[in-house]
Amino acid sequence: MRSEEPLAGSSINSEEPLAGSSINSANNKSANHDEPVDSPAFTARPVAAEEIPDQAAPTTLSTAQDVPVERPLQVDTGVFDELTRQRAQEIIARYPQPRSALLPLLHLVQSVEGYVSQAGISFAAELLELTTAEVSTVATFYTMFKRRPAGEHLVSVCTNTLCAALGGDEIYAGLCKKLGVGHEETAGRPGSSGSITVEHAECLAACDLAPVLQVNYEFYDNQTPESAVALVEALQRGERPAPTRGAPLTDWRHTELQLAGFFGEPQELRDAVDGPSAAPETLAGNRLAEEKGWTAPAMPGNPPPLPAVADKK
Amino acid sequence: MTERTLTPVLTRRWAAPRSWTIDTYTRLDGYTALRTALAADPDQLIQLIKDSGLRGRGGAGFPTGMKWGFIPQAKPGEQPTGPAAKPTYLVINADEGEPGTCKDVPLMMADPHSLVEGCIITAYAIRAHRCFIYVRGEVVHCLRRVHNAVKEAYAAGYLGSNILGSGFDLDIVVHAGAGAYEAGEETALLNSLEGLRAEPRLKPPFPATSGLYAAPTVVNNVETICTVPYIVNGGSDWFRTMGTEKSPGPKIYSISGHVQRPGQYEAPLGTTLRELLELAGGMKGELKFWTPGGSSTPLLTTKHMDVPLDFEGAAEAGSMLGTTAVMVFNTTVSVPWAVMKWTEFYEHESCGKCTPCREGTYWLTQILQRMVRKEGTPSDVETMLDICDNIFGRSFCALGDGAVSPIRSGIKYFRQEFLDLCAQQSGHPRQAALSGSVR
Repeated sequence: MRSEEPLAGSSINSEEPLAGSSINSANNKSANHDEPVDSPAFTARPVAAEEIPDQAAPTTLSTAQDVPVERPLQVDTGVFDELTRQRAQEIIARYPQPRSALLPLLHLVQSVEGYVSQAGISFAAELLELTTAEVSTVATFYTMFKRRPAGEHLVSVCTNTLCAALGGDEIYAGLCKKLGVGHEETAGRPGSSGSITVEHAECLAACDLAPVLQVNYEFYDNQTPESAVALVEALQRGERPAPTRGAPLTDWRHTELQLAGFFGEPQELRDAVDGPSAAPETLAGNRLAEEKGWTAPAMPGNPPPLPAVADKK
Repeated sequence: MTERTLTPVLTRRWAAPRSWTIDTYTRLDGYTALRTALAADPDQLIQLIKDSGLRGRGGAGFPTGMKWGFIPQAKPGEQPTGPAAKPTYLVINADEGEPGTCKDVPLMMADPHSLVEGCIITAYAIRAHRCFIYVRGEVVHCLRRVHNAVKEAYAAGYLGSNILGSGFDLDIVVHAGAGAYEAGEETALLNSLEGLRAEPRLKPPFPATSGLYAAPTVVNNVETICTVPYIVNGGSDWFRTMGTEKSPGPKIYSISGHVQRPGQYEAPLGTTLRELLELAGGMKGELKFWTPGGSSTPLLTTKHMDVPLDFEGAAEAGSMLGTTAVMVFNTTVSVPWAVMKWTEFYEHESCGKCTPCREGTYWLTQILQRMVRKEGTPSDVETMLDICDNIFGRSFCALGDGAVSPIRSGIKYFRQEFLDLCAQQSGHPRQAALSGSVR
């Protein structure tokens, strides 16, 4: 997983992107790699909330930062309230070894801040008794951990081969054009109503329903460039069109809370669980078998006796 | 040849109303295999799965019973030593992400309790008291269905302590990933579950002795584990009435691309593409190339329509069965373009641990992108094959091997198409490849 931006270590010591940092910009056409990259997360410098640039413009990149190298790491993690801290302890208690809680903890951080902030890194590090470097190296590895504040909604378009051949590339290009953004960029002020972060995604494991996209990781199947644009227009208006497969749409931070393992009160969980899943494609074989009267060979009436095992020595 | 038909076993409940609930599952024979299993000696279950010939459904096709049998067990009456003295773990690989593969996601959405029941039986067989289900993060609907199923199973007494009065205890934790194809490799998955980057480990030691937290661990794919309760209920002879001698049982074939009715078709192993296309209502357009089991399995062509799609048949045809993710492409799709897109995927997903894979996929992507821009030269074809030789077999895990599959097989069957593309030089000044300057 090469990162699209300089990693934590590189931005600490350099205001300029490293020579190698432009290597992955091929799919990131509107990211401006010639300028110093504004990367609020994963720098040595703590970033207070008010310092996050105002995101009125569609694109969120391009504010240069003055990053003193020698500033010690003293990050205020006060943004994480008592409930979040309780949830963090619940996550840690799930595992025989605390460090296993790191991925869910970072999902929890994103549910609070809308990205993995420096405060989030410190929060996870403190809880697990790790260094911030140890947490950063993990946070920068995984594509679901965002390094800039994300929008109310995250729209992920599959542009892997099969979806792309059936229109995924056009869908992605159309959405970028419509929103005036590129990969992992946000239209609107991140977090505000109707703000949308766009990304091109690798295979989303729904190839029979290609081309697919996801909003907050809920599936919208069999898309066209037109349907995708109509979908983001609705999202921008504050509407929440139902996914083809998945729970009623909420927002990305709420989904991140679920990824951390918190699914809400029984009724909320039940409603979400009952969201549709069986597309016609999913049941294609099932329906055909029913139509033709095909079944698997019948099992014996009772389970046959289990094989004997050799005497244990 | 007898007429091949569909054999819904794992997909049998999918169309039932609210198939994901414990009520539907138990009404349709769910949790009956569990009772049989808990009354048996764990070794009998391992033997049953060995006898059934079940092979892993995650791509590699390793015999499942043998994998379970590798877990060191203390001898009765003796003080356990070494790995046998440590707790044993069961880890379910639900990190489906291989391009083309889309079977575990619908399976977990439609029938999560079959996974839970399979986990309990498997954990009992290998003497594990902790099970982790590692679900890909991007499929949050699966995550909530599996989470809900686990919750329902606890409430019904199928999980927790002293399950159904058997004295057996098991806890299941559902864990969400965070976006990394590499985490689908079993040792990388274990690293990820330990809170590390999803980078593979050098084997040996194998997970059977040194897996999660360096303790004995079985890592199995979702579809593999979902098959287990049916084998307990039907027996190994019943299971072997489907499929072939070395590749027995039913398998979910996921057909996608230029076909009339893409979708999930559960058929005996050994079904051919010709038969699958017929089931899926035929082609849209004319068949050009296809993969038998995801992008890491070498491409096949119209010449291979009668290859039996089981582990042996696909290998004999020069490919691999993989995950039976049958991606079908018609003549409108350019092979160099498709290969470029897949290579971009491997470049993005290479974890960066091993140099041949990290650097090689990066070079290959540049060459292919340049070629598709019509700035390639015929020598690029040989250069790519040379780079492939330097990646294949030279990395810790199979990602590098998978990355060269589309390129090698694409050139093998469609070399002229690559050369023709290079012959269409656009006349633009060629940019140097491999320097990084073009990106």
